[in-house]
Order: sequence, then C-alpha cells, then structure tokens
Amino acid sequence: MNMTATMPTSVSVRDLRLAYGGLTVLDRLNLDIAEGEFVVLLGPSGCGKSTLLNCIAGLLDITDGQVFIKGRNVTWDEPKDRGIGMVFQSYALYPQMSVRGNLSFGLKNARLPRAEIETRIARAAKILQIEPLLDRKPAALSGGQRQRVAIGRALVRDVDVFLFDEPLSNLDAKLRSELRVEIKRLHQSLENTMVYVTHDQIEALTLADRIAVMRGGVIQQLADPKTIYNRPANLFVAGFIGSPAMTFLKGRIEAGGDIATFRAGDATVPLAGYVGEIPAPGGEAILGVRPEHVTVRPAGAGAHAARVDLDEPMGSDSLIWLTFAGQPLSARAGADHGLRHGDAVGLEFDISRASLFDPASEQRL
Amino acid sequence: MSSPSAIAGAVLADAAIESRADAGPRGARPRRAFSRRNVFLYGTLILVAVYYLLPLYVMVVTSLKGMPEIRLGNIFAPPVEITFEPWVKAWATACTGLNCDGLSRGFWNSVRITVPSVILSIAIASVNGYALANWRFRGSETFFAILIFGAFIPYQVMLYPIVILLREIGLYGTLWGLVIVHTIFGMPILTLLFRNYFTSVPEEIFRAARVDGAGFWAIYFKIMLPMALPIFVVAIILQVTGIWNDFLFGVVYTKPDTYPMTVQLNNIVNSTQGVKEYNINMAATILTGLAPLAIYFVSGKLFVRGIAAGAVKG
Ligand SMILES: Nc1ncnc2c1ncn2[C@@H]1O[C@H](COP(=O)(O)OP(=O)(O)OP(=O)(O)O)[C@@H](O)[C@H]1O
Ligand SMILES: [Mg+2]
Repeated sequence: MNMTATMPTSVSVRDLRLAYGGLTVLDRLNLDIAEGEFVVLLGPSGCGKSTLLNCIAGLLDITDGQVFIKGRNVTWDEPKDRGIGMVFQSYALYPQMSVRGNLSFGLKNARLPRAEIETRIARAAKILQIEPLLDRKPAALSGGQRQRVAIGRALVRDVDVFLFDEPLSNLDAKLRSELRVEIKRLHQSLENTMVYVTHDQIEALTLADRIAVMRGGVIQQLADPKTIYNRPANLFVAGFIGSPAMTFLKGRIEAGGDIATFRAGDATVPLAGYVGEIPAPGGEAILGVRPEHVTVRPAGAGAHAARVDLDEPMGSDSLIWLTFAGQPLSARAGADHGLRHGDAVGLEFDISRASLFDPASEQRL
Repeated sequence: MSSPSAIAGAVLADAAIESRADAGPRGARPRRAFSRRNVFLYGTLILVAVYYLLPLYVMVVTSLKGMPEIRLGNIFAPPVEITFEPWVKAWATACTGLNCDGLSRGFWNSVRITVPSVILSIAIASVNGYALANWRFRGSETFFAILIFGAFIPYQVMLYPIVILLREIGLYGTLWGLVIVHTIFGMPILTLLFRNYFTSVPEEIFRAARVDGAGFWAIYFKIMLPMALPIFVVAIILQVTGIWNDFLFGVVYTKPDTYPMTVQLNNIVNSTQGVKEYNINMAATILTGLAPLAIYFVSGKLFVRGIAAGAVKG
C-alpha cells in the first residue's frame, strides 16, 4: 500500500483502463481512498465518473488494471462479493416489491437468517425514517422517499464501502439540500467509506473529504475541497469549481523592484503575497481571481481602476461585471452597492488567494 | 338582510349576471345528437360492423336449422324450428373420410398440441429475450440478427427438411413432433417481443439486482418476470390463437389419429359422401373458432394493456 496517509486504504484503483470497443474512456487511472473517507468524483457530463464507479462496483468488466477493496484484490469478483453497496441515480427500486421487499432482496439472496434480516431492516428504516413506508410499493412513494429507500438498500448490506451515482440529481433543489445534509450525517455516524459521483459542485464541496475533479477520463486534481477551491491545479479545475466562476486575465510577468508584477494591458498588479512559485519575468501568464477576492472601491480609491459593465443581483449580494485593462472581470459586492453601467470604480485584488497559470500547459504555476 | 341597501345590492348583482349572459356564448358548447358529422361517423361504423357480423349471423342461424329448412334457401331468415342437433352431431358423430366421432377428437388433440407449445415457446423465448437484452455476450447481436432473419424465411422452404428431421428423431406424426415445430417457429417473433420489452427495463434495476447478489435465474424470476406480466399475456394470446388456428403444420406433421381440430374440421366440411350438411358444417366451424374467440373475450383488455405497456416506472 503506497498511501501517503497513515490510514489504511479502503478502495484502491491501479492503472485502470476501460474501453468500450475502440473507445477508451478511462486510461491508466489510479485512485487510493482511505478508510472512512468521503471522496467525491466531480466532473462534467460524459467524463467517465459513472464508468469509474461501475468499475469499482464490478458492474463493468475492466479492460486492464486492478481494483482492491480493503486490501483484497477484487478485480475478478462479482459485485455482491466486493463488500459494496450502491445507490443509483434513477433509484432503481424493484417496482413490484414493497419497500421491505426491496430492502430484504439482497439479504435473502445472501441467505441470511430471517431474524437477522428483520433486525437490519428495522435499523436501516429507523436511520432513514422510512418505517411507515415499509409496506408500500415504490410507485406510491415520493422522489425523496424513493431515494431514501435506495440508500436503505445499500445500508442493510452492512458493507464498508458505499458507492453513490448522482443520488440526488433527480430531486428538486430543496429536497436535494435536505438529503445532502442527511447523507453527510449518515457518513458521520456510520464512518464507512463513501465514493460519491456528482456534477454538482456545491454537493462536492459540502460533502467531500477529498474531491477528484475529472475531465475526459483523467483525474485532474485530487485534494480536499479547500485546496481545490483555493489552489486549483489547472485552468480546467479553476474554471469548473466556484460559482460564479473565476475570471481569467491574460498578461505577462514582469520584474518590478523586489517583487514581480503581472502586467495586463496598461495595468500592473504586484504579485506580493502570491502563494506559490512566481515564474521568471518575461513569460506569458494567466491570472485567475475569484469574484469574492476582488474588492470594489469608490473611484480613485484602491490600487486599480475599472469600469462597471453589468450588475447581476443575486439576492444576498451582487455580481458586478467590470472592464479591467480591456478584459472582463467579475467581482462580488454587497447587494446595495448602487453602481450602474459606466461608473468608474477602484479595485483591490487579494493576491494571496489568486492563481497563476501557464497559458501553454494550463497548469498552475 | 332586509336593509334597503342589501336589496339594492342584490338587484344590482342580478342585473350584472343578466348583462353577462347577454354578452355571448358561455360554458360547454351545445352539441346536436344528429349533426351531420355524427350521422356520418356512426353510419359508417354500423355499416362496417354489420358487414363483419353478417357472416357470423348466417353461420349461427344456419347451424340452428334443420336440413329441410336450409333447402328453402333463405339464408338470412331466422330458424323456424330451433334445433341443436347439428351441434351435437358436429361435436360427436360427424364423419370425416376415416372415422365418425366428430370434432371431439380433434378438439382434444388441439388442446394437447396448443398447451405444451404455448408454454414451451414462451418459456424459451422469454429467457432468450432476457438474455439478449440484459446479458450481452460475445456475438449476441449476431445471434439476434440470425434469429430475426429466421422470421422471414417462408415456411414452405422448411416443410420437408423438418419432416426428415422429425423422422430421424422418431417424432414424425406424433403430437410432440408438432409441439417442437410450433415452438421453433414461434421463436423469432416471441424473442423479439420479449427482448424489446426487457431492453425497456432500466439498466440500473438490473445492476442493482446484481449488487444485491442475484444471479441469472434469480434476476429473471424475481425481478424481470413479475415486471413482464403484461407482455406474457400478449405472448399467450399470440401463441394460443396462432397455434390453434394452424392448419399447415397440423396436416403435414401429424397423422389422422393426431390431427388437430382445424384439420378435422376441413375433413368434415370437405367429406364428399352424401349431401352437404350445411348446418353441421356451420356448427363445426363455430366450435373450432370458439377457443381463440374465448381468449379474445377474456383477455381483450389485458391485451391492449400489454401492447401499450412500454415504459416501466420504478
Ligand atoms: N455502453 C457504452 N458504450 C459506449 N460508450 C459508452 C457506454 N457507456 C458510456 N459510454 C461513454 O463513456 C463516457 C463516460 O460515460 P459515463 O457514463 O461514465 O459519464 P459520466 O461522467 O457518468 O456522465 P454523466 O454525468 O452524464 O452521468 C461517455 O463519453 C459515454 O459516451
Ligand atoms: Mg453518470
């Protein structure tokens, strides 16, 4: 086990390759997940999140590589023998069985004694608060209730690893945020490993111990939410995470006294306080700043000058689109800023939380 | 409530309603029962219904008449003297070229052919369709294509080869030989029917069942089969009527002892001894058609529901 952390690994994927006929979806993918960890696979549609999850579950025959669960090589094992429980996006409840039947199906297949089955169903039903629904058919349940039953079906299996494939994406916004909290609570009380697929970054940021941001079958960055948010590894991660999105300014690095500066058009931004390595002067660079790390000041105040383009009120605050050094830039401001199109304003950047990228490799510098 | 102002208010309200009523049409549009559209529509429907029901009427009426009455030639006239004798004769004593025990022998033969053929063909085809839809194996698409292609080969091409085949395995002329033939010929269309139904079942249900430790047969019997009941009804109706009405295979692959009802009927109607007993022929024909008719009446609603059942919601 070549894990950096001291905790033992729970799920470990080695050099995984998966091809559908000629189309390679995953190529030499490595992923180590510690015991009790909550890892979220995040990425745009079609990037291979579900495929990776199905490979871990054993529902897809992998082309090459290995899968370990709890240190055991399960590459050739059937899904039921891998010690996993899975929750699907479409709930996938058995329509002709009652909720009780749905929960007990796997246990009956495993030939557990009847008393044991009853105890486990009772426990899962209590945790998920679906006791009054046990004798109903799935068709007679609401979306949120169905999803609870689907989680219950994984829960009764008493496994170490839970796999979730976009479990909340079929629910409305309110229910989604409720169940999100419940899943987090569930993880805290059960303390088992969870691998959770989503393309909703709020879900990822709120739930995860670590997020794996994927694109085109490749993990772009695997880190805790704070790092992903504040130190994105490349332009893709930087642009994908955060809403409203980070804005990127094109420019070049210049030597300026004792500290390098970033020059965009006629504006220069001193890079004092930048966390990370500043490249040698003269090179092209992209400066990424999040709207909340740009402070809008009255005209004349602040280090830089900009002009207001557009105001997007978002309730609690406002997103202001500005023109800075001939490039668009967005900033967050209080809801009652009173700025209008064409107003001149001053700006302040929080350089310690900005990111510099190499335009050629798109990697963080 | 009798204060002047209240009365004035009520009067005002009345006036308002009246003025609104004057304002033009309101509520459901009145429909005339005898509009030109209705007359045309129902007229056509009744005409078509009569056109299709008339032969049946003639058959029933004729089968209830005695021969002297039939010779009068009024085929549309209701029977003067109702007699059930032709029915009894058709069932029990009508003569074919060889024996004189009516349709009853053919009826029981047909039952003994239809029941196992229907059960066997549907059992095999449903498992086929399930395997093709959910357990994609190497070459499964090719296998399916060949199977479907089989549906387009004319029966006549295969008649004689199958005679040889059955003779070689010693089943030629037996009921079981015919059962095997029906099972084989039902396979393409039934497999297609089941495969299409099972592919409409969400993949994730199948995956969930695999995670729950169900194998090939457990998923088939416990998950898929209960979901597919409507399509089983459709398959049963297709097969019962198809096999019961079959004449060609029956006459080719069985012997007089084991002739199905349709062949027996043909022999009764076409036997050339003496006069044509139309009343017996009619009764025999209705008797033969009774089984599919009964199936339609019993399961008409289920049939429509099964045909319409495409989406499975979890
Ligand atoms: N059975 C298949 N045959 C061929 N290609 C497939 C098959 N299933 C998936 N793919 C392809 O594999 C890629 C990854 O699919 P996958 O379902 O893993 O995406 P995803 O990240 O889960 O997307 P989403 O967020 O939309 O669920 C996609 O480009 C998809 O077109
Ligand atoms: Mg997916």
